[in-house]
Amino acid sequence: MSAINIRNVRKSYGSVEVIHGVSIDIADGEFIVIVGPSGCGKSTLLRMVAGLETITSGEIEIGGRVVNRLEPRERDIAMVFQNYALYPHMTVYDNMAYGLKIAGLSKADIKTRVAKAAEMLQLTPYLDRKPRALSGGQRQRVAMGRALVRDPAAFLLDEPLSNLDAKLRVQMRLEIKQLQRSVGTTALYVTHDQVEAMTLADRLVVMHDGVAEQIDTPMAVYSRPATTYVAGFIGSPAMNMLPAESAGNRGLTLTNGAVVKPRGTRLPEAGRKVILGVRPEHLVLVAPGNADLELDVIAIETLGADTLAHGKLPGAANGDGDLVARLPGSVSVKPGDRLPLAIGPGMAHLFDAGTGARLEEVDLTVDAPTTRTRKKTAAEA
Amino acid sequence: MVENRPFLNLLSHLVLIVGVVIVAFPVYVAIIASTRGPNDFMSGIIPLLPGPHTLENYREVLFAGVSTSGAPPIGPMMLNSLVMALTIAIGKIAISLLSAFAIVYFRFPFRQLAFWAIFITLMLPVEVRIVPTFKVVADLHLLDSYAGLSIPLIASATATFLFRQFFLTVPDELAEAARVDGAGPMKFFRDILLPLSRTNIAALFVILFIYGWNQYLWPLMITTKPEYYTIVMAIKRMADVADAIPRWNVVMATVVLAMLPPVLVVVLMQRLFVKGLIESEK
Repeated sequence: MSAINIRNVRKSYGSVEVIHGVSIDIADGEFIVIVGPSGCGKSTLLRMVAGLETITSGEIEIGGRVVNRLEPRERDIAMVFQNYALYPHMTVYDNMAYGLKIAGLSKADIKTRVAKAAEMLQLTPYLDRKPRALSGGQRQRVAMGRALVRDPAAFLLDEPLSNLDAKLRVQMRLEIKQLQRSVGTTALYVTHDQVEAMTLADRLVVMHDGVAEQIDTPMAVYSRPATTYVAGFIGSPAMNMLPAESAGNRGLTLTNGAVVKPRGTRLPEAGRKVILGVRPEHLVLVAPGNADLELDVIAIETLGADTLAHGKLPGAANGDGDLVARLPGSVSVKPGDRLPLAIGPGMAHLFDAGTGARLEEVDLTVDAPTTRTRKKTAAEA
Repeated sequence: MVENRPFLNLLSHLVLIVGVVIVAFPVYVAIIASTRGPNDFMSGIIPLLPGPHTLENYREVLFAGVSTSGAPPIGPMMLNSLVMALTIAIGKIAISLLSAFAIVYFRFPFRQLAFWAIFITLMLPVEVRIVPTFKVVADLHLLDSYAGLSIPLIASATATFLFRQFFLTVPDELAEAARVDGAGPMKFFRDILLPLSRTNIAALFVILFIYGWNQYLWPLMITTKPEYYTIVMAIKRMADVADAIPRWNVVMATVVLAMLPPVLVVVLMQRLFVKGLIESEK
């Protein structure tokens, strides 16, 4: 058990840099999930921690020891691979015992350790079987067991659940989480599945194109995404992104000319180009007079508990101003409807249109409106 | 195969039977000949039924030797062939495994060059390079020795290539898992790669054993002393007598005996052999 410090790590293949200086400090016993689309460098980063890839520059420290030049076996880590990489000719017992045998542990010691791990993973009845005689979930457990018996400083898991079917994945997800809790070992887990990432992580690392875009708790990543990329990646359906221009304290002008004044959100100075992000679940169906914005429904997806209304802003050009709203399942809407929607108070996210970076409250000069603009004008009229 | 049509069944069986007969008939004739008297094959009509001379023919080749062709009893020659075939098969497998391991799992300068150099030798069979090879072996004073019989035939591109292809199909993660488990390269080779290659090794052993056993030209070139003659050479010498009619019954008895070890190897290793050829399970 120990902390892992990744400092400004870079990786190049020839002249192509694939990881552009990533720094992560992982506390002892923490469960960190690195999430990102395929090709973002998340697996490469994990393999550098494991010692399976060389580090071009930067430093990786495990338990206070710089491991840059150490072989995997000297790093005191255990790894679970996507395809499990079980030794096909060895029994479950031998698979788990192999690393211990090489480490030179006594037979009796190996036996108690394997028995203990097998007990934890409910593998005891299968110890004499070969991997091919096991189901996917059981193989996954053996791979976990192989990591567990070593009692390493850290578990490294490379998309361990992606070969399982959906139901088993949910079950194994819970098991992995509980297991990690009970043994208290630091874990570094790579996945492209945002649900897995959100549910497992103590802290999330969202990676994109070799850069860690945001490192934070799942809830913080969800509620305060640092960039448009993170905002679009975490959450399903993805956050709505509407290009807009600030009109000072009148609100934000959208591409179709409508002006939105989200409640509880400070706005930038007039003329600044921004992107207004609103999660589908934060759009609320309201009475027509109270609407922040309107949605012309094009398609409906009925999920039971919720109904997803896909559409666009009235009058918006194609592909510009696409909008999704997650409505309660009880609401009946149909394609062709125009829905009046309000943005939940404080639920609007603003990003710089150029860099895609989140505009923090302190950077925003125009005070948040406390009352509903439309209502006021309606009262005046 | 997919369709169930009696006519197709009949036809395919017919083709198979004809094929088997064509292949098996000469073998049958050889076996029959080894049971007949010395003159039965000179009459012009080849007999197709076993004769009464089985025991005496086999006794002669096994213990007395065929004096007219200067051939010693075939026991020692069988032993020579066996030593040669085993050395070639085992040597080839050992060397090929190691070189394929090096080529697939290690990054070293000129790795591709090494592979292609090995690969190109595939295009130069023993017969093509026999004169330079002979020169080298002669200069090393390996004529008339087991080493001379087997070593030049051990270097093998075919087997290296086969093992390379097999190693490439072994998932990289296995090697990585072994590294994380703390296994060094040779430990990985011994504990994981070798057991996984078991069926391939068996299949290759069968093929190479027969290859070694059937060597004719090379042993003929480099052996001058009868104690290093191999059985295949002996057959040729017996059939090639000067000023006399070849004693076909004895020659065929030798042929049948020479056939036994390869047949035995195939039969004993059949299950592994077939598995190695068809199995791609990892």
